[in-house]
Amino acid sequence: MKISAPVGRKDVKARAGFSNTMRDRIIGLSSPLLLLLLWEIAVRLGIVDARFFPPPSRILVTLVALIESGVLWANTWASLQRLFWGSLIGGVPALLLGVVMGTYRPIRAALNPLVAATYPVPKSAILPLILLIFGLGEASKIAMVAIGVFYPVLINAVAGVLQINRMYLDVGKNFGASRWRTLSTIALPGALPLIMTGVKLGVGMGLILISIAEMIGAKSGLGYMIWNAWEILSVETMYVGLLVIAVLGYAFTLLLDELERWIIPWKADH
Amino acid sequence: MQSLSTPELSVGEGVPPAKIVVRELRKEFRTRNDTFVAIDHISLEIDQGAFFMIVGPSGCGKTTLLRILAGLDTPTSGEVRIVQEDPSKPGNSMVFQGDSIFPWMTVWDNAAYGLRMRNRPQHEIDEVVGHYLDRTGLTRFASAYPHQLSGGMKQRVSIARAFANDPEILLMDEPFSALDEQNRTLLQEELLRIWDETKKTVVFITHSVDEAVTLGDRIMVMTAQPGREKALIDVPFERPRHVLELRARPAYGELVYSIWSRLRDEVQQARLQDEAIGSK
Repeated sequence: MKISAPVGRKDVKARAGFSNTMRDRIIGLSSPLLLLLLWEIAVRLGIVDARFFPPPSRILVTLVALIESGVLWANTWASLQRLFWGSLIGGVPALLLGVVMGTYRPIRAALNPLVAATYPVPKSAILPLILLIFGLGEASKIAMVAIGVFYPVLINAVAGVLQINRMYLDVGKNFGASRWRTLSTIALPGALPLIMTGVKLGVGMGLILISIAEMIGAKSGLGYMIWNAWEILSVETMYVGLLVIAVLGYAFTLLLDELERWIIPWKADH
Repeated sequence: MQSLSTPELSVGEGVPPAKIVVRELRKEFRTRNDTFVAIDHISLEIDQGAFFMIVGPSGCGKTTLLRILAGLDTPTSGEVRIVQEDPSKPGNSMVFQGDSIFPWMTVWDNAAYGLRMRNRPQHEIDEVVGHYLDRTGLTRFASAYPHQLSGGMKQRVSIARAFANDPEILLMDEPFSALDEQNRTLLQEELLRIWDETKKTVVFITHSVDEAVTLGDRIMVMTAQPGREKALIDVPFERPRHVLELRARPAYGELVYSIWSRLRDEVQQARLQDEAIGSK
């Protein structure tokens, strides 16, 4: 009896905590499911036009069919590859240039007007120019992603270096850090939290731009799949394309959050 | 008990030569339509191995003087000479005011920073850093990041970083001013213990008269804007010192009181100046 009392109390506590998180999870999962159910019912009752809003059950059937035929995977893989190379080709130079611009005032003075003038140009508006320069092949798609990733990373890297406490630069000077060492041991790590924000924004921008670029003059990719579905009026396939892009966006966010935890272990908030 | 002397110190026969010589130092900062004199007519001679304290009201240019000694600022006029005995050693290392250790490096990497920047061999870095982390009680926290440490621990890292760099002189800019009373006393005690092992020349800035008397061999009291030398006071207490024991002595209290009475005018003048600026 004496032993069982505290055990019993602990049990109650554990169950209360479990039910709270479980309840949140159940609500989080059930709200989109409920919406899908309402959608399904609305279409079946004829309240919503099935030509524009096919019922979720039919989208699911199309999804399965596209997976089985390998079409979905081929298009997703094509987009992923372009995203990867574009992010690398746009992100790495932006990071290096941003850190140098943040560190050296004359370079910043020289390049800031260029960045400020070109940044507001809608990236989608330069797609024709990109197609002209890079042709209809892979290069133009990768270039679009690279441009999309370049600006957020660059701007955040510059801001990241500028917000570093001046005292750290004094410490570097006092302890005899060379120019290169100042960049690698102070400017880069100090700017890293903001650079990661830039990368997250850049990858989001890349996802938008790859969809647009693939709609014009592409023979593969999720953007192409959506555009092609419009042309043959396969509305369900369009929805599958949108769904996959949404899932990719979410997956990238989770992946980059994990990457951030790994490369910025000194941040107090995780 | 205490001696007042003019800036021109006489150097007798057989006395070790001064480690740091400062002559007629002046630093001005230009604002849009005004010239602000931070320090003026500062002349000093600091002996090899001395623990030299500079005490003055806030805004008296103490930090400016230290930054000039560190080579982080250039004087408007005057001269600074630091005798470099071993050219392989760095001229100075500074313990900065506030949080100056890199948040993106572990305690170990922070302490090793100076040695790494000077490309010292790894076995030397391991040995020296290990020694000073041990001395500052940080061995257990070697792989911790600064955000996991208390303010006192962070300042210990900063001290370990400066000592590990093995400089010719150590410059300390109010390193304990942000700490609570207990931590400050503890760190003063630890600093004295580490310093006793190395006997490096130290220039230590503080606004606390207590701290100046506790730590220093000689104290320069500075005036408020512009910062000038008001008095130079020898501290007669023997070493090694024990902070609490020292503070219990009547002679300690007398010395603190006598310095305070000199400083009081300056603090009041600094406040009047602040109020004058505020009312403009």
